[in-house]
Amino acid sequence: MESSEMVLTVEGLCKTIGKREIVHDLHFSVKKGEVFGFLGPNGAGKTTTIRMLVGLIRPTKGRILIGGYDLQKEFLQAIRQVGCIVENPELYSYLTGRENLEHFVRMVKEIPMKRIDEVVELVDLTERIDDPVKTYSLGMRQRLGIAQALLGNPQLLILDEPTNGLDPAGIRELRNFIRQLVDEEGISVFISSHILHEVQLMCDRVAIISQGKILKTSSVQQLIEQDSKVEWIIDPIQKGLSLLKKLDYVSQIESFGERILAYMPADKIAEVNEQMIKQQIKVSGIRQHQQTLEDIFLEMTEGDQIV
Amino acid sequence: MSNLVYNEFYKIIRKKRMLVITFILLVIIPIFTYGQYKTTKTTLEELGTSDWRAILQQQIVDQQNRLASSRIAPERKEQIRLNIKLQQYYLDHDINPSAPGAPTFVRGFIENSVSLFLPLLVVILAADLVSSEHSSGTIKLLLTRPVPRWKILLSKYVALLLSISLLLLIMVILSYLISGIIFGYKGWTMPILTGFQTQGEHLITNFVHIVPQWKYILMAAGLAWFSAIAVGTLSFMVSVLMRHAASSMGVMLAAVIAGTLLTQIAPNWQELKYVAFINLGLTDYLTGRPVIVEGMNLPFSLAVLSVWSIAALVIAFLVFTRRDVNT
Repeated sequence: MESSEMVLTVEGLCKTIGKREIVHDLHFSVKKGEVFGFLGPNGAGKTTTIRMLVGLIRPTKGRILIGGYDLQKEFLQAIRQVGCIVENPELYSYLTGRENLEHFVRMVKEIPMKRIDEVVELVDLTERIDDPVKTYSLGMRQRLGIAQALLGNPQLLILDEPTNGLDPAGIRELRNFIRQLVDEEGISVFISSHILHEVQLMCDRVAIISQGKILKTSSVQQLIEQDSKVEWIIDPIQKGLSLLKKLDYVSQIESFGERILAYMPADKIAEVNEQMIKQQIKVSGIRQHQQTLEDIFLEMTEGDQIV
Repeated sequence: MSNLVYNEFYKIIRKKRMLVITFILLVIIPIFTYGQYKTTKTTLEELGTSDWRAILQQQIVDQQNRLASSRIAPERKEQIRLNIKLQQYYLDHDINPSAPGAPTFVRGFIENSVSLFLPLLVVILAADLVSSEHSSGTIKLLLTRPVPRWKILLSKYVALLLSISLLLLIMVILSYLISGIIFGYKGWTMPILTGFQTQGEHLITNFVHIVPQWKYILMAAGLAWFSAIAVGTLSFMVSVLMRHAASSMGVMLAAVIAGTLLTQIAPNWQELKYVAFINLGLTDYLTGRPVIVEGMNLPFSLAVLSVWSIAALVIAFLVFTRRDVNT
């Protein structure tokens, strides 16, 4: 991978507040045109990390490169590439949607006023844009927040828990919208969440963070395609058990009555079935449990919530 | 930069703060006007005549008699001589000094509001300027723009200076227009005595001179503006340090009111004169009202207020540009 393809690169990022280490030695990067999920339970350090990415918090150690610019040393050029919503989409509630956007356009010389109509069209707020923000629903505020983030034609969109407080229809809408942005405008999206199945459907790659450390970074596809959990209903059970135990690609075998649960690669199921039949074991059911990101996530971060 | 200032000023206006303050003035000024009207009427009734020339003449004679007395201190005599001169001036130029007129009311209103009422209005304007962005969370949107933090804070400060100036302008215009309904709109050229100085317990009258009222009002408004800016700057710092709009407003109100109370409770406490809130009554130096703590004079008060303001600005900028935004 060429480093020029990276929109965001984070190296050795640390944040210590007092004696507590909130974020410890993070490394990751976001490619051009990809949706990168940043997953972790509440209190894992997601928001602190995002605040460091947009310059609200100074890192104790480490480097953040956005579009090739060092956020600490070349703040203006680096932040110019970014559009963000940190936590809730908080805008000036006493102003109208349009006044809010005008306010932010005025802050950056390069953005023309007519850009407002484009982004408003994009987030489908045209009808209500001249109403005061205090009359907006949460979903509309969220869309205005995204409009605000898109004003400067950013290379990188940073969204912190964007689905918070949205109803299922709103979530689906947001997901489609983000996919559309990535596919049509080619921008990269960095998205944090603690609700996995939402992220699973829109991310290309994810990093799983827990207690301030990244446990794993990989593509969603790879994560899900690891050994899957397979349920066997067979008779006699003992013969089946000893057969499975002999195979080295099968792991974590457990039996319940006439059922056996075991982990194995999905493409070996047919082969195992064949061997069972050869040994005259009656197979009356094979069920493959597709693992979700949620299962993997819970497995990795087990016990975190209780701390 | 002008765009940023425009943004901040626009928000102050749209927050309806100015409207609230104008409304307060619209309620307060008529009440004061009526009070002033009542006082004038009572004085006239006590003297039993409505011919102001007769009253003035009588007063001059009275004072001349007192001058002849040997028991009066020399500096007091000087003051009386000045007074006689002024009253003679009124007579010669056919000016009725006790018919208040709107400009006289404006002058009195500025003099009386400079150390408490005006600071309170300024606190309403300034105390949540930055902290409200924290409480509403919009600070995150402001600081993630390609604009350096110091520019954002500076634009807020400039907008504050503009709105304090606007506030004073509204105050002068409203008090002129409203009080004029009862007192009439004339009296801009009425002569006023100013230039009093105090040294120890003595009133030094060497520099006393007569200025037209419009000039006096201009000077008083200028001094009121200076003291309002000082209060505004201190409130501005507090609004940077505090993250909740309500608490920053509370701290500033308490400080302004405590300052006023202290001057009444402990006038012998020398060190008080270095406290900013004691030095707000700058127009007192124009009228020659006795100073609160010995050793205070106009340059001293201006210096104290300047030092406090500069220190507040330095702290505000240092904190704002370095702080982590966690709210």
